[in-house]
Amino acid sequence: MSLAPLLSIRDLSMRFTKPRSLADAVARRPRKVVSALNGVELDVMPGETLGIVGESGCGKSTLARCIAGLNRPTAGDILFEGESVVGLKGARRRAYNRRVQMMFQDPYTSLNPRMTVRDALEEAITVHGMRSGAAVGRRVEELLDLVRLPEGAADKYPHEFSGGQRQRIGIARALALEPTCLVADELVSALDVSVQAQVVNLLMELQDTLGLTVLFVAHDLRLVRHVSHRVAVIYLGAIVEIGPSGPLFANPVHPYSRALLAAAPSLDPAKRRRKPAIAGELPSPLDVPPGCPFHLRCPHAGEICRREKPALRPAGAGLAACHFAEALPGA
Amino acid sequence: MSAVTLPAARPSRLKAFLARAFAKPAFVTGFAILVLSLALALFPGVLAPYDPLAFDLDAIQQGPSLAHLFGTDNFGRDMLSRVIWAYSVDMQMAFFATVFALLIGVTTGAIVGYYGGIADMIFGRCVDAIITFPFLVLVIAIVAVLGPGLVNMYVAITAVNWVYYARLTRAEIMAQKANDYAAAGRVLGYSDTRIIFRHLLPNAISPVIVYWMTDMALAILLGSSLGYLGLGAQPPAAEWGVLIAEGRNFLMTAWWMSLTPGIAIVVTGLGFSLLGDALADLLRPKGR
Repeated sequence: MSLAPLLSIRDLSMRFTKPRSLADAVARRPRKVVSALNGVELDVMPGETLGIVGESGCGKSTLARCIAGLNRPTAGDILFEGESVVGLKGARRRAYNRRVQMMFQDPYTSLNPRMTVRDALEEAITVHGMRSGAAVGRRVEELLDLVRLPEGAADKYPHEFSGGQRQRIGIARALALEPTCLVADELVSALDVSVQAQVVNLLMELQDTLGLTVLFVAHDLRLVRHVSHRVAVIYLGAIVEIGPSGPLFANPVHPYSRALLAAAPSLDPAKRRRKPAIAGELPSPLDVPPGCPFHLRCPHAGEICRREKPALRPAGAGLAACHFAEALPGA
Repeated sequence: MSAVTLPAARPSRLKAFLARAFAKPAFVTGFAILVLSLALALFPGVLAPYDPLAFDLDAIQQGPSLAHLFGTDNFGRDMLSRVIWAYSVDMQMAFFATVFALLIGVTTGAIVGYYGGIADMIFGRCVDAIITFPFLVLVIAIVAVLGPGLVNMYVAITAVNWVYYARLTRAEIMAQKANDYAAAGRVLGYSDTRIIFRHLLPNAISPVIVYWMTDMALAILLGSSLGYLGLGAQPPAAEWGVLIAEGRNFLMTAWWMSLTPGIAIVVTGLGFSLLGDALADLLRPKGR
């Protein structure tokens, strides 16, 4: 792709400092620091859907929240169309968020229970001055139509809708600002499988017709494969592999991506595996290991993995952060 | 409009709420008591049979009779009329002693609950300092400094009482803030004021309203106590605490002088409490 990236994430780190207990303060023990993101490097191209996958607690949601401006990263930069958007305030932040919207995981808490759908949408439209006068009402109808909510939905309250419908209201609310980029944080993970498909297909369609750029954060591999043009695999707050969806799922390079894909259940009895795909647990983000973050669990780890953190470099069809990317069997 | 038949106009939320409310005996009782109390408070001149301040020296300390249902006091004033006239003073107390505490407390609590941090810590210490004192003692001390009288009593009660509203609101706002719709508001570029007062507060206010109802009952008790102690309403104004105080010297011979205003306090307090309890039940969120 020769286009300039829409979003560039440069060496993004996010540390949450835990409050120290009195005993720790007296004993002068250092504050505990949770490293949710450890140097994420990512380019998002205009018009693409980028899937972000990883285990629970790997920093996917933190990344999404940093991009949406909800969390302020402790280090690194986020560039939107070439301009830094970290720590924006007031009107500039509003202008940025008009372009970059977010959709949330929990359909039951992401809508204000005391506002009708119309109130919520009209508020978003008028705060940003997207329309005025009678056009506001027409736009509400348009948006509801866009996310295929039934006629008469506008004057209902969120509790009168199902989970899938609520997520579609969330999409409509984000679309009210006519954004360029949507960040979907586990958009459908709280929904039934049958409803997941509806919502995801709707999102893909909207992306197509409106030319949106979508960041699709999820832990469900099937889903990510279905929606994404490119996929980034994230482990312990850093991207370990990124590449076009097809090749990455067919031939993952990084040992962690392989393990993650192998861990996904398969319906084919011939592909049933006997051993667990990966040993051990995600190390605590309170105590990120030095060197390659994955070396503690990696079957191929060598001496260099304990010392040096590998950088992302071309491997397979995309990029992988592994010292042995070329040397691994079957790469 | 398409040929699809639309469901009949949905009843408004208020209508549905009232329908549920009036199915509850506690709500109906409390509501009836308060409507009656309010009527007595607003139109004492119409509803009281006698002038509450007119002496009748031919009818001193008469027990309850058809002419004087609640008896008469040591100046021959009709107790029923005095108790009725006291409604306007005591209902006023219930309102004015609480409403400013409500407004100040809710605003402060909402703001510190939303922003947290240093402001919240300072707020927390102030609240601790105020609630360390026994409520009544602190109010009496403030009234003692300001001087007795209704307005000073409102000031004193508000100065202490707002922290209870603030604490309650702060906790509710913090709970609501954790919901994604607050984060969504920020991503949608809404101002903090809009998020706090238009989004969070409407979802946080129910327990505060319930507390307010009970607090009005407490305000009547507190106001009467201060009246009894001579720090609130001043004689000859009729106020239940003052009336009880006037009757205390005649408790053995003219018990009705203290008992009838006492009953008025209990009944009105009960009305507020019942209404508060019923509201607490009604406003409890169900599956939302």
